[in-house]
Amino acid sequence: MSTRKWGAALIGAAALAVAGLAPAAQPLKIGFVYVSPVGDAGWTYQHDLARRALEKQYGDKIVTKYVENVPEGADAERVIRELAASGHELVFTTSFGYMNPTIKVAKSFPKVLFEHATGYKRAKNVGTYNARFYEGRYLAGIVAGKMSKSGTAGYVAAFPIPEVLQGINAFTRGMRSVNPKAQVRVVWVNSWYDPGREREAAMALISQGADVLMQHTDSTAPVQAAEEKGVYAIGYHSDMSKYGPKAHLTASTHDWTGFYGKLVGEALAGKAQPTNIWGGIRDGMVKMAPYNPAVPQDVRDLVAKAAADIAAGRLHPFGGPVKDQGGKERVPAGKFMPDDQLAVMDYYVEGVQGQLPKK
Amino acid sequence: MTDALVPILAATLAAGTPLVFAALGELVVEKSGVLNLGVEGMMLCGALAGFAATVASGSAAVGALAGLAAGAAAALVFALLTLTLQANQVAAGLALSIFGVGLSAFAGKPFESVALPAPQPFALPALADLPLVGPVLFAQPPLVYLSWALFGLVSWFLYRTRPGLVLRAVGESPAVAHAIGYPVIGIRYLATLFGGAMAGVGGAYLSVSYTPMWAENMTAGRGWIALALVVFATWRPGRVLAGAYLFGGVTIAQFFAQGAGAAVASQLLSSLPYLATIGVLVLISRNPNVIRLNAPVSLGQSYHPDA
Amino acid sequence: MRYLSPLLAAALTILVGYALFSALGRDPLAALHAFFVRPVSTANGVAELLLKASPLMMIATGLALGFRANVWNIGAEGQLILGAICGGGVALHLEGAASGWGLALMVVAGALGGMAWAAIPAFLRTRFNASEILTSLMLTYVAALLLSYLVHGPWRDPQGFNFPQSRMFDDALLFPLLVEGTRLNASFLLALAVVAAGWVFVHKSFLGYQMRVAGLADAAARYAGFSATRTVWIGMLAGGGAAGLAGLAEVAGPIGQLTPSISPGYGFAAIIVAFVGRLNPVGCALASLLMSLLYLGGEQAQMELRLPAAITGLFQGMLLFFLLGADVLINFRVRALRRAGPAAASAGQAA
Repeated sequence: MSTRKWGAALIGAAALAVAGLAPAAQPLKIGFVYVSPVGDAGWTYQHDLARRALEKQYGDKIVTKYVENVPEGADAERVIRELAASGHELVFTTSFGYMNPTIKVAKSFPKVLFEHATGYKRAKNVGTYNARFYEGRYLAGIVAGKMSKSGTAGYVAAFPIPEVLQGINAFTRGMRSVNPKAQVRVVWVNSWYDPGREREAAMALISQGADVLMQHTDSTAPVQAAEEKGVYAIGYHSDMSKYGPKAHLTASTHDWTGFYGKLVGEALAGKAQPTNIWGGIRDGMVKMAPYNPAVPQDVRDLVAKAAADIAAGRLHPFGGPVKDQGGKERVPAGKFMPDDQLAVMDYYVEGVQGQLPKK
Repeated sequence: MTDALVPILAATLAAGTPLVFAALGELVVEKSGVLNLGVEGMMLCGALAGFAATVASGSAAVGALAGLAAGAAAALVFALLTLTLQANQVAAGLALSIFGVGLSAFAGKPFESVALPAPQPFALPALADLPLVGPVLFAQPPLVYLSWALFGLVSWFLYRTRPGLVLRAVGESPAVAHAIGYPVIGIRYLATLFGGAMAGVGGAYLSVSYTPMWAENMTAGRGWIALALVVFATWRPGRVLAGAYLFGGVTIAQFFAQGAGAAVASQLLSSLPYLATIGVLVLISRNPNVIRLNAPVSLGQSYHPDA
Repeated sequence: MRYLSPLLAAALTILVGYALFSALGRDPLAALHAFFVRPVSTANGVAELLLKASPLMMIATGLALGFRANVWNIGAEGQLILGAICGGGVALHLEGAASGWGLALMVVAGALGGMAWAAIPAFLRTRFNASEILTSLMLTYVAALLLSYLVHGPWRDPQGFNFPQSRMFDDALLFPLLVEGTRLNASFLLALAVVAAGWVFVHKSFLGYQMRVAGLADAAARYAGFSATRTVWIGMLAGGGAAGLAGLAEVAGPIGQLTPSISPGYGFAAIIVAFVGRLNPVGCALASLLMSLLYLGGEQAQMELRLPAAITGLFQGMLLFFLLGADVLINFRVRALRRAGPAAASAGQAA
C-alpha cells in the first residue's frame, strides 16, 4: 500500500512537472504563498484546492507555483519578492502575517498584482480578499442547535482575535435561533495547529456535556475525538468527513475557486484590478460540506432557507437585537451590525459560557 | 464529584502517555551518561513509521512495533556519531531533531490524506467496572497499559538488576566501569537505542492511537517536554511517571476550567512546566550531594576507552 | 586540516542530495542547480543570502565563544526573542520622538535583553550548579510565551483590528538599507563587526586564551588560576548578547514590528552553524552563508521542482551529521583532545 502511494505521488508530481513545461504562448504565471504545509485539510489546503482548480480550468494558459510553510516573518517578503521577480504577474499571499511584506514588495513591482488574504491594507496594486466565515458558522450553528440533545455545543478555538470571535458568536446565534436555550462552551488552545491539544480540548468539552463540537483550528483532531466519543462534530476549513464518518455532520468550508478563477480570467484578459472583497455565501466563498446521513431533511431545508436569506440580504447573523454576554445591546433591533464593528469584535454574545481570556 | 473527576483523570493519563514513553526512554539513555537532545526527531520518525505501518497492515500493534523500530533507527545514527565517532552529543542531538522533523515531513507526504479509524479503548475485564479507578485506569488504549509495564520494567531494571547497576555505573563513572571490565560503549549503545525505541513508540502512540492521523510536526514539541521532564523528575522513573501526568494534567485541567467558564491566563499557565523544571533543577543542583544522588555524573560527556 | 571536514561534509550532502533527487525521478543536476546556484544567481539573491546569514553569523559567533569553553548555551532562540522584545519595546516607546540615537538605543537594549535572558542560566549555573543546557532551553519556551503575551495583549497595535502584532516601527528606527532595491541593511555590518570582535577576542586577547584553555583542559585552567565562574559568565553573555542583537536586527530590519513569530529557529540553526564553522568566528561567518543558502535553496527547490519545504531540514540535519562524522575520518587528534569534552549538564563537577 505504502509503495503504491509513493508511486502515485511520484507519477502525480511528474505529471505536474510535465504540465509545467508544456509549450504555450507566454502563459500567465501565478504565485501562491502558503503559511503551512498543504496537507490534507485546513486553511492552506483550501487555497491549494483552488490553485489546482485553476490549473484544470485554464490549462496551459497559466502556470502556477506555490511555496508552502513560509514563516510569517522576515522570510515571507523574500518569497513574495522572488515570485514577483521571476515573472509572476499575479501573486496570492494567503495569510494575515504576510500583509506588511506584501505591501512592501508591491511598491517595487508596480506591474504585478498582489492579492492578500484576510488583511486590511491595500495599495494601487494590492488587493485584499476574505470570506465572511461567520455566515457559514451561523449555518453550522443551526445544524448544531437541531442535532444537539443536550443543547450544549463545544468550541475549540485558537486565539481570541476578531475573526475567531465572529465565528464563535455567529455559531452561538445560529444555534440559539433554533434552540433559544442553547449554550456554547469555548476552550482556547492557543495554537492554530496542535493535534494533541485540540483533541484534549475536545475531550474536555465532550465530558462537560457538549454533544456537538465546532472548531477554529487547523487539524482534524476534534472531529476524530467526537467520532471516538460518539458525539457530533462540524468540520472547519475543509470537508473532514473522512476523519469522522459518523460524527461529521457537515463542515463550514471556504471555497476560493470562484474568486481565483474570476480574477485569473480577468488577468488573462488584461483587465484585472486589485480587489476589496469580503465575500460570503452569496459569492460562493462560504459553503457547507455535504451532510451526514444523520442530518434529517427538515434541518437541511432550514439551513438552505437561512443560506438563501443570508445571500439575499434578508438575514444577517448579527442582525439586531444583538446582546453581548453582559446583556449590553450591541446592535438594536431592526439593524445589522456594520462591517467596521464586525472587524473589531472583542466580546462574546449571549449564550456563550465563560469569560473571554483577559489580556 | 467523581463523575466530573473521571474524564479529567482519564484524559490526563492519555495525554501524559507519550511523555511517559519518551521520557522513560530518555531517562535510561541519560542514566548511561548520554544526553540525546533528538527526542523530538525520533518521536516524529516513530509517529510516521507507526502510522504508515498501521495503514499498511491494519494493525495498531504492527504500527507500534514499526514506531519502535524507526525510533531506534534514528537513535542508531546518533549513537554512531556520538559513541563510535565521539562527536559532540549536544550538536548531534540537535541535528537529529532537525533531521527527524525534516525526514518525517518529507517521507510522510503520501500519508497526509489517509485517515485511520478512531481506536476504541481496551477496557480490562472486571477492573474497568470498579468505581472511579475503573474508568480512569482500566478503560484506556492498550499502549497506556504498556506504558505502565514499561515503567515497572525500567524501575526494576535500573534498581533491582545487575545489568541496571552496571548501566548506572557507566553513567556515573565510565572510566571506572571500563577499568572493571564493562563494555562502556556497548552499554551506551544499548541504552541509546532503547531510548530511541521508546521515543518512537511515544510518537506512534500519538499517530496511531491518540490522534490517529499523520501530519507534519504533529508532536508539536512533546519531545522537548519529555527532555524537561527527565530533569524535573530528577532521573527517577516514579517521578517521571508522576511528572508526565502532571505536565499532561496542567493542560487538561486548564481546558476543563475554561470549558466550565473560568478565564485563564493561558500564556502564564503554559510556561509553568518550564519554570517548574528550572526550579527543580536549581533545587537539586545546588547541593553537590543531592545532584550526585540524582544526576548521572558523566551526562553529556564522550568517553573513549583507549585514550 | 580543520577546514577539510566541512568541505567533505558539504560534498557528501550534495552527493546524497544527488541520489535523493535521482530517486525521486528529478533531474539531479537541475535540482542541485536550483538548490545551490539559483538562489545566488542574481544580485538580489546575494543580498538576501547575506541578510539571512546575518543573524546566524552573529549568534553562531557568540555561541562559539561559549562552546569553546564548554559552556553549552542552547537557548539562543529565547535570547533572540528577548532582544527583539527589549529593542522593539524601546522602538514602540520612542514612537514620534524618533531620531538618530533611537536606533542606537534599540541596539543597546536588544543586546542587553539577550544578555539578561542568558544571565539567568549563567547565574543558576555558577550559583547553584544547574545545567545551563537545560535551563537555557527551558527559558526559550518561556520567552516565546512572553512575546505571545505581549503582542496579544499590552503591545497590540490599537489600530490593527485586534490582530496579534505591534504597530510598525517608525522608519527612522529601522536599520538603513545598504543597497537600494534590496533588503540588505546595516545590520549586516553589525554582524561583521560581531565576527571581527569575536576573532579579536579569541585570537588576540588573554581572556580569550583563558577560555580556550578552559575548554581544552578544565583542570589545567583551574591550575593556572583561571576562574571557571568567569568563563561561564563570559560564554553565556557573549551568546546571549549576540542573539539579542540578532533578534533586534530582525525586528528593526526586515520585519519592522513585533509579531508572534520573529525567528524561524535561528537560535537553534546557529548551533549547527557554530559547529560547521569549527567554533571559529571566521568559520562561523562562512558556515552561516552555507546555512543561509540551504534555506534559500529549499524555497527555490519548491518553486522550481515542487519539492516539499521539509527538504531544507533534511539537508541541514544531513550536513551536520556528515560534518560530525567527517571530523573523525579527517583528524583523529582533534577528536582525542575533544574527548575531554563538554563538561556538560548538571554533571556536578563541584569538587
